[in-house]
Amino acid sequence: MQGSEVKPKSASPLDWLTGTVGQIIISLFVPIFTFVVLWQGFIFLRDSDAPKIVIVLVAIVWGVGGVALLYFVSNWLIEKLSPFWVRTLQPFVFVGPAVAILAWYLLFPSARTFWISLFNSSSTEFVGLQNYVAVFTDRTMFTAFRNNILWILFGATFSVIFGLLVAVLADRSKFENAAKSLVFMPMAISMVGAGVIWNFIYEADPNIGLLNAIWTSLGGEPQAWTSLLQPWNNFFLIVIVIWLQTGFAMVLFSAAIKGIPGEILEAARVDGATELQVFFGIMIPYIMPTIITVSTTVVIFTLKIFDIVWVMTGGQFGTQVIATQFYREYFTNRNFGYGSAIAIVLLLAVVPVMIYNLKQFGEREAF
Amino acid sequence: MKKNLWLLLAMLTAVIVVISACAPAPPAEEPAAEEAPAEEAAAEEPAAEEAPAEEAAAEEPAAEEPAAEEEAMASTGEGGYLDRALAGEFAGTTVTMMGPFTDEDEVKFNNAIADFEEKTGIDIQYTGTKEFEATISVRVDAGDAPDIVDFPQPGLAANFASTGDIVDVLSFMDVDTLRERYDDSWLDMAVVNGPNGPMMAGVWHRFNGKSLVWYPKDDFDAAGYEVPETWDDMLELTQMIADDGDTAWCVGIESGAATGWPATDWMEEVMLRTTSLENYDAWVTGDLPFSSPEVKNAAEQIGNIWFNDEYVLGGRAGIVSTFFGDAPNGMFEDPPRCWLHKQGNFITSFFPAGAEAGVDYDFFYLPPIDEQYGKPFLVAGDLMAAFSDSDETKAVMEFFSTGESVKGWLQAGGALSPHLDAQLDWYGDDVERGIAQLVQEATAFRFDGSDLMPGEVGAGSFWKGMTDWVSGSADLDTALQEIDASWPSNN
Amino acid sequence: MSSNVGSAKKDKLVGDLVVNVALALLVLLWTIPTIGLLVSSFRDQFAIATTGWWTIFPHREWVTIKTIEPGAVERDQPIDVENIRATFDELREGVQSGDKRLVWIGNRRLGTIQVQEQEWTMNLDFTLENYQNVLTGKRYEVTQPDGSVKIEQGSDMSNAFLNSIAVSIPATVIPILIAAFAAYGFAWMKFPGRRMFFIMVVALLVVPLQIALVPILRDYVRLDLNGTFLAVWLAHAGFGLPLAVYLLYNYMSTLPRDILESAFIDGASHFTIFTRLILPLSLPALASFAIFQFLWVWNDYLVALIFIGATADTQVLTMRIAELVGSRGNDWHLLTAGAFISMVLPLVVFFSLQRFFVRGMLAGSVKG
Repeated sequence: MQGSEVKPKSASPLDWLTGTVGQIIISLFVPIFTFVVLWQGFIFLRDSDAPKIVIVLVAIVWGVGGVALLYFVSNWLIEKLSPFWVRTLQPFVFVGPAVAILAWYLLFPSARTFWISLFNSSSTEFVGLQNYVAVFTDRTMFTAFRNNILWILFGATFSVIFGLLVAVLADRSKFENAAKSLVFMPMAISMVGAGVIWNFIYEADPNIGLLNAIWTSLGGEPQAWTSLLQPWNNFFLIVIVIWLQTGFAMVLFSAAIKGIPGEILEAARVDGATELQVFFGIMIPYIMPTIITVSTTVVIFTLKIFDIVWVMTGGQFGTQVIATQFYREYFTNRNFGYGSAIAIVLLLAVVPVMIYNLKQFGEREAF
Repeated sequence: MKKNLWLLLAMLTAVIVVISACAPAPPAEEPAAEEAPAEEAAAEEPAAEEAPAEEAAAEEPAAEEPAAEEEAMASTGEGGYLDRALAGEFAGTTVTMMGPFTDEDEVKFNNAIADFEEKTGIDIQYTGTKEFEATISVRVDAGDAPDIVDFPQPGLAANFASTGDIVDVLSFMDVDTLRERYDDSWLDMAVVNGPNGPMMAGVWHRFNGKSLVWYPKDDFDAAGYEVPETWDDMLELTQMIADDGDTAWCVGIESGAATGWPATDWMEEVMLRTTSLENYDAWVTGDLPFSSPEVKNAAEQIGNIWFNDEYVLGGRAGIVSTFFGDAPNGMFEDPPRCWLHKQGNFITSFFPAGAEAGVDYDFFYLPPIDEQYGKPFLVAGDLMAAFSDSDETKAVMEFFSTGESVKGWLQAGGALSPHLDAQLDWYGDDVERGIAQLVQEATAFRFDGSDLMPGEVGAGSFWKGMTDWVSGSADLDTALQEIDASWPSNN
Repeated sequence: MSSNVGSAKKDKLVGDLVVNVALALLVLLWTIPTIGLLVSSFRDQFAIATTGWWTIFPHREWVTIKTIEPGAVERDQPIDVENIRATFDELREGVQSGDKRLVWIGNRRLGTIQVQEQEWTMNLDFTLENYQNVLTGKRYEVTQPDGSVKIEQGSDMSNAFLNSIAVSIPATVIPILIAAFAAYGFAWMKFPGRRMFFIMVVALLVVPLQIALVPILRDYVRLDLNGTFLAVWLAHAGFGLPLAVYLLYNYMSTLPRDILESAFIDGASHFTIFTRLILPLSLPALASFAIFQFLWVWNDYLVALIFIGATADTQVLTMRIAELVGSRGNDWHLLTAGAFISMVLPLVVFFSLQRFFVRGMLAGSVKG
């Protein structure tokens, strides 16, 4: 391809013409051909009555291959251009699709949500910031904010700490894979499944609830852990999220720890550093970027925590969080304005995290 | 391509309709209108016999131009769409449906409508979902609404009606036909505020009787307890059981995201028994605030039972943390740990497998508190609402307004029919037949208030207020005031 | 010298022991709930509703050895039974004498006095029926109008399983592919709007996907995309992208700058560097994100429900499992088995991708 740019100089204008025309034709043909193939695949998938397994296989090949093909073809086209245009356009081949999809699936809906939040419950009358005033003056919302802070302070923090702990310990152990798999397992359990499990633990009847069985055998009265013990019931829910999210943190930490060159660790140990010194002196600084990444994502997950609360208590008994309030207002009550305002408040809550990450980002230099 | 196909289908249908209209109509056995009441009517009225009758009626509309405008049909009324459907006019069409019931109920539903599908050629595609509220909300707002939706809470349907998403039943069925099929109370309960004034949001398909107290009959009899006739008798019985060392009541209000609803049922029952029907209606529409003495008094009556740890299994902690479906389990232990359980008839499907009606358990009517308010009965039901104005949808809607549409389900058990033409002997289950009879004998019946209240209250703050109160996180006054505050302002 | 080596060895041994014990404790704590689920999935409905799953372990329990009918004994007076004199209330609580315990089971009117002894027992009544029911479909008995009982067999899981696979694999790979390109772009390419787009990615991390359902479904209805696999892949891709870009960006940006520099000097293009160098180096990050995205898609209920529907033909595994709860939501015994069956594939994915988390991959490839 690069060679073809050199050739025309010595060739006759006719050759140049046919060459260029040929290139243009090819340049046109390839994407069109790609498009047609993909379209045919789509039609097949939508309308075919083939056996399920065939459809599934075609779907996988078509979906995955199609996206790869699109990247390949568009890059191939760009790289035919002059270096200047390559430099200008190529970043958009890389970033463009992601940005476009994000805009379609999340950005525009967010903007729409913001717009709706300025209207009344049936979106017929402009009310300005009234919904936001309501959000910040409501007692139940106040409890939701408090709970979200609890969730972040305890849920997010302990998920990160335990995740790191397991990753580090497992790295030093012979039973690494077994240990990691077992800690990871909760992540693989569906939310309904998790709800059932924890019901078997928190159930008020000591015959069925493990915690009460232990508690009564120690001489306590059976407790309704997730409902009556307000506000402590929040902590019993937070335990669930720690149980679920530790696996997430652990996987990422584990990958990062594996990235620490073994020689550095060996050298430190040979020099007589204790394990704690190795941990705080070498490992932590080395995986700091991962710690920040994991903390950011875990904080954000916790901020928009919904499923666990919804499955366990439905946001009752003072356990409501921002996301359950949003869901209730928006879907159950169809109070669009107020519900949207809650969602936007959730977005605002992430601003500090965003600023921090942006600072990191600004320090980078690219090519 | 697709358009041509539709054209072809339309032409075919037209031809079929014309042919069927020209064919000699089978002799009518009895006019459709007379089918309705008369309980002691012929024991079995097999579907096969009814069909010709209706086909006969079909003669009239089908003889008209097949393409007759809907408005014209509506004005002539007389259940035109169902007859046209039974005449095969809509064969090959599909009606999509969505609702909250799945699993066994879905099988029973499909079973109950199979006959209709076969006769009319209309394919009713039902999808049940556990995330009903969110799904239906998203799909309607996105313009992808199913043709018919089964609303377990008419309050939610009212929300959609107010935004003009639901097709008014009266636009395709006339009031007289509806009156022949339902008691007026049912029709009144389906009227909601539409975008242009009152409208009928849907037709009732099946209901649950709520005012029932279940008890473990064999042990109950063995212990020498007697079924109470008045509220005071019931409180005496409660005390007697407490003196004997047991807790009388099995109560559980835990229900995941809907936690608290069994408590709202209790409130409604006591409201009906301590104040006038007018006050109850005013309460449901928001004119009588929760903080009024009537409502507070009702709550206190409940508190007298619920907050006495000698009366309720597990005490307050048991109430708030027991899954409502597990609550009756205590009655079936040997010997029972609790003896009375107030719940709708659907609860029987939670009873342990093998528990036999009339032997292991039985029920009595939750006794009246004040004689002047008679013997009111609390019910809840499923409303079928149309989101599409296609002819086949209207035909299916009209079908749902007949007892025939739920007959198979009555036979299989787990549903009660609100239709006037449903016969007591359709019930496959003695308990359900008994309940149906109780409802017929009730001095008045009222719909589950929380289901009628707007979603914010009926499926939100009312549940929450009750749980807050029971769990002790708010006192009664605060809880009631907060429910009042959540009532949507009239805008 | 030799003693020094010896003590170092001893230190290491102690260290290993500490590490393994601590790890074992953590793992045990983490596994208890899962064990509870596993055990419960082999117990029948009645057992689950009445006794705790931990009773399968050997434990001491009061076992009734004799039942005495109290007959017409006066309940309000102290009762003499088995050489013990106790009031009714005491008996209800249980009266112990020696190794025996007397308990009044029931209330004053109905009830028996049971003489109990403590014995070691295990509750080992396991059943495979839950799994059988889940795998082959529930059986429903429906009474027909003529009074006969028709048995309907619910559909088995294979269809839902295939649907879940068809949804999950592309919905995992597509966002990874798109995110990897974007992450590289953010990390190593200069272009106008870079900062702004990156802010967007981080901000969108927190957007609850529920707000997007209505507008997206509306677009799908217009494009006639609704109900297709493509619709749900794109939706999952869209909702998973912020995290994917964010995680991969963070990983790729920590790769040593000099690897890229030397590649540029060799005349490689961004595309070549990305596919030949960065992608292989990012395998651990790609693998970890792949695990998460796969899990989320696999366990997703709402997105699939909205965009491909819940009919028997299109429903995914989570929908079938949600249906197992029963119309009334009380079939816990089936849910436990369903939860385990649906866990199998995510765990397979986890195990197969875990091999990418090994030390020295980066070091090795840099040298090579």
